[in-house]
Amino acid sequence: MILSTILNGKPIKEEIAPDLLLIDFVRSHGCYSVKRGCETSNCGLCTVFMNEKPVLSCSMLAARANGARIDTLEGLQKEAEEFGAFIADQGAEQCGFCNPGTIMNAIALFRENPDPTDEEIKEYLSGNLCRCSGYEGQLRGIKAFLAYKKEGSK
Amino acid sequence: MLTIKNYVKAQSLSEAYELNQKRSNRIIGGMLWMKMSNTTIQTAIDLSGLGLDKIEETKDEFSIGCMVTLRQLEQHKQLNLYTDGAIAESVKSIVGVQFRNLATVGGSIFGRYGFSDVLTMFLALDTQVELFKGGIVSLADFINLPLDNDILVRLIVKKAPLKSAYLSVRNSKTDFPVLACSIACLNGNYRAVIGARPGKAVLVEVSKSFFIEELQGNANAFADYVTKQITTGSNMRASAEYRKLLANVLTRRGCEKVLELMKAGGKKK
Amino acid sequence: MKYINQPVRKKDAMQLVQGKPLFLDDLARPDSLIVKVLRSPHANALIKEIKTDKALKIPGIEAIFTYHDVPEHRFTLAGQTYPEPSPYDRQILDRHVRFVGDPVAIIAGETEECVNKALKLIKVKYKVLPALLDFHAAKDNEILVHPEENWRSLCPVGADNKRNLCASETDSHGDVDQILSECDVVVDQVYHTKANQQAMMEPFGTACYIDAYGRLNIFSSTQIVFHVRRIIANALGIPKSKIRVTKPRIGGGFGAKQTAVSEVYPAFVTWKTGKPSKMIFTREESQIASSPRHEMEMHVRVGAMNNGKIRAIDVYTLSNTGAYGEHGPTTVGLSGHKSIPLYRDLDAYRFAYDVVYTNVMSAGAYRGYGATQGIFAVESAVNELATKLHMDPVKLREMNMVRQGDIMPAYYGETANSCALDRCLARAKEMIEWDKKYPYQDLGNGKVRSVGMALAMQGSGISSVDVGSATIKLNDDGIYTLLFGSADMGTGCDTTLSQIAAECLNCDLEDITVLAADTDSSPYDSGSYASSTAYVTGKAVELACTKLIKRFKKFAAPLLGRDYKDLEFDGKRVYYPETDESISLMDIATKSMCGNEQALEVTVSHSSPVSPPPFMVGMAEIELDKETGTYELIDYVAVVDSGTPLNPNLVRVQTEGGLAQGIGMAMTENIQYSEKGVLSNNSFMQYKIPSRLDVGTIRVELESSYEQTGPFGAKSIGEIVINTPSPAIAHAVANATGVWVRELPITSEKIAMGMLEQEASK
Repeated sequence: MILSTILNGKPIKEEIAPDLLLIDFVRSHGCYSVKRGCETSNCGLCTVFMNEKPVLSCSMLAARANGARIDTLEGLQKEAEEFGAFIADQGAEQCGFCNPGTIMNAIALFRENPDPTDEEIKEYLSGNLCRCSGYEGQLRGIKAFLAYKKEGSK
Repeated sequence: MLTIKNYVKAQSLSEAYELNQKRSNRIIGGMLWMKMSNTTIQTAIDLSGLGLDKIEETKDEFSIGCMVTLRQLEQHKQLNLYTDGAIAESVKSIVGVQFRNLATVGGSIFGRYGFSDVLTMFLALDTQVELFKGGIVSLADFINLPLDNDILVRLIVKKAPLKSAYLSVRNSKTDFPVLACSIACLNGNYRAVIGARPGKAVLVEVSKSFFIEELQGNANAFADYVTKQITTGSNMRASAEYRKLLANVLTRRGCEKVLELMKAGGKKK
Repeated sequence: MKYINQPVRKKDAMQLVQGKPLFLDDLARPDSLIVKVLRSPHANALIKEIKTDKALKIPGIEAIFTYHDVPEHRFTLAGQTYPEPSPYDRQILDRHVRFVGDPVAIIAGETEECVNKALKLIKVKYKVLPALLDFHAAKDNEILVHPEENWRSLCPVGADNKRNLCASETDSHGDVDQILSECDVVVDQVYHTKANQQAMMEPFGTACYIDAYGRLNIFSSTQIVFHVRRIIANALGIPKSKIRVTKPRIGGGFGAKQTAVSEVYPAFVTWKTGKPSKMIFTREESQIASSPRHEMEMHVRVGAMNNGKIRAIDVYTLSNTGAYGEHGPTTVGLSGHKSIPLYRDLDAYRFAYDVVYTNVMSAGAYRGYGATQGIFAVESAVNELATKLHMDPVKLREMNMVRQGDIMPAYYGETANSCALDRCLARAKEMIEWDKKYPYQDLGNGKVRSVGMALAMQGSGISSVDVGSATIKLNDDGIYTLLFGSADMGTGCDTTLSQIAAECLNCDLEDITVLAADTDSSPYDSGSYASSTAYVTGKAVELACTKLIKRFKKFAAPLLGRDYKDLEFDGKRVYYPETDESISLMDIATKSMCGNEQALEVTVSHSSPVSPPPFMVGMAEIELDKETGTYELIDYVAVVDSGTPLNPNLVRVQTEGGLAQGIGMAMTENIQYSEKGVLSNNSFMQYKIPSRLDVGTIRVELESSYEQTGPFGAKSIGEIVINTPSPAIAHAVANATGVWVRELPITSEKIAMGMLEQEASK
């Protein structure tokens, strides 16, 4: 079947297999930030945006992205760099394997709720597992970033 | 690994229904559970082009399309106002936001999964299921129908005077429930739904006279009654015995919460 | 100091946060054959017949290998220094399959799809044998997991395959039974920990290809490049000269990748076919056929006098190594040697163990490496002792815990030359407000808040075994390349080792380029495990840099017309202090590239005769619902002595991360086998590692000591941090309910049912 989608701002039209998963489609287009950490929709490493909403690309047919806009961290490099620097300043990126998914979902959180409480941050990101950091450093980084943004908007 | 030979985005429900009559074809909802199965599907039938992803409210009911996501349920103001936030409570522990952006109401209900928070929640309400061929049936009846090739089009939640609460116990915060419990006072009758027994959720209902005449608002007695009515089983998450204990405690707490809501509601007026 | 004890960013941080393609499956050649294995559905069986003809006909299938095709000699997958204490008990494929998930055939094909198809078409007939699933019954059972004659144990560890023994030993000092009989109070209990999974986010994976010289290149997500070279040479029966092992960024290891879990299969495929190949484990494979923690059951007896003086500790550990013996003989040692020495002046101790084979997944190395299990047992027993003595457990520790300068007989007789455990305890107590909160506060709504505690220690490398080496060389413009064989698996050692170099050479961190973990170019390193990298390899870096500076001076001496001993180096130039005559580093670098015979490059190998323990205290505060037994971790306080923290940010995050893993082990991570030996916890859906909602608030402080033998006073941090949560949380639960949960995980069900039993027995 033919899939017609906009990946990171670029229109793509190509023949795909009906059971191609979105994660494999985007990785085949060089979006290597999208990782596979499980097969059971639990880890959040494969998070991408479909029409601005964070979804699990490992659990979705690429076919369903027909006519939709898909964004991965490759298309959000500026935001990744700006926010990621705050994670890096905590040393909380550690192995880095879960980072792209977590950063994607954090960006989704900031767009949806620019001034979240600690509890709201934890709840929104609860589907993003990390085995290295214990999450505290990520939380510190997120809060430092939000404070920086608040300062900037004054 | 899931293998899909063809993918069809249905243009109409009748097209989807026709396709779905072939045994090797399947309707895909959020596809989250299906994706984990090791099956081959001849044609995957996608309903996402049929406008079934809306929650509509009228004076008498909410209509919830089968493709509405769990995240939509969680964020729907009116539904949560109506259920005292119980709906949001029932879905908020399901894996994560990205998962809930994909998982659909239709998929959750149609599968009649034992672990389903969504089923446990809606069973406590006056919920009907609209099937494309089978027409409108109550959710309580639907869950006992055999899995067939019909299509679940939408849920209809009839509005009635309601106070409700949702409680669950989980081994970790985003895990399946060890036990789920939905309590409602609906039209003056008391309903308890126990889910993740680990079998399919069951509804226990008593009329308002249960409280007034026999027990005068005694949540303990209601909990004991409900616990007696249900059976629990063991699986890797907990034993039947522990689930019994939880069913009792959660029912009582849910009931107390509902009674409290009723009191508070009464005072406001 | 400019770089030591500074919270600098990891050198790879910005690339990682931007999601650049740096991991194995991002970098494997796109033309790699896809390698998968068919796995045994039986816990113990012999292959009667295996038919691959139909599967081979699937278009795209390159090769299928069975036990007929592989060498018959045995080897171990354990990443350990030769001769490995782990027995040589594996073949690449074996006719005898020993657990559900044991490989039966290797399939290589052009696409994932065709390989999956072929997997289904391989027909195997098994002779199913009775399986040995209960590790209590393993020793001297009539079912033998390894009956074969060519099983080998290379070291005297008490192994005997005809008794299902992977190792067995007793170590003691004084007469334990006598002393215990003299004690006023004795705690005598059995504690049980499960075979937890490291569950690093990146599953196991390896890619292979043949290079220009016809050599097998193994590109793998591994902590142990040099050991992998030996393991593959052993497995394939080929010379080490034919093998090169390198690694990309690693998506977490925690010890899992200290065993060559995935390497042999694609290596065999590429060696046989000459074609590039890769094998990426699924999460399910990573859960069911990998290298988790050894399940252990520990029988502990602790005896004390009424005044609180602990006089004797007796530990017997039964460890379950599963179907193969990777790390079996060594992990078990830590369950006693890193728990008993937490207590000083014992009149006697005894530590005995058996490590047994069973028909479940083989265990391996997981952060803490046996110490975690032993500390859960001994610290729980000491907490129970405090309750029996009606004594504050903090006070009991203050009386008995190891202190700086103590000789530790149960820790190989080493002396605790750097130990801030007393300060850690005092600070932790303050942070959590122990005196106010111990043992519990009733919140009056059926809920109770309570606290619990534990001490921990670990080592810093394996004394007199681990080798760390560093090569530092000067390049054009006065920049440096630092080469070593340790593997940064997210821990940040590429950065911390560069910090040491930059501090020594007085240069910018930016001027240090790292090239690590390549068997062709790195100087030898045992690998990143056993909490060795910062302490052992870090020292090698320090020594190499010092030596290079001397080399600079010798190089400059004739140019300045001075004796090199009179010269100084300030990072930018070599100079003669009295006259300030100098030659710049850049000039030295330039001159070294023209008509020069002195290599401005130094390699140092280092090994330490001691393994100085880091120490820590963990304290947990929970809120427990007495009706349901459910509880939440509210606050976890940890104070750590890891010597000088080389990079306080990374030490802190290591600690927080290790605590979260320990919290998962304590609260939710369960291992459940069916009667047929099938593991139920085979995914992240069924094996629940903590989400960020499960860990409460974790608060970490560093209480430094100075370890003379470490680089800039540093000790290790990587492993110790996982050890306190299980005993501390079990303690808090007991303080809330009176119920001691002695088998992990501490589920609400065990608590609720324990309370009911307690009621019933009243």
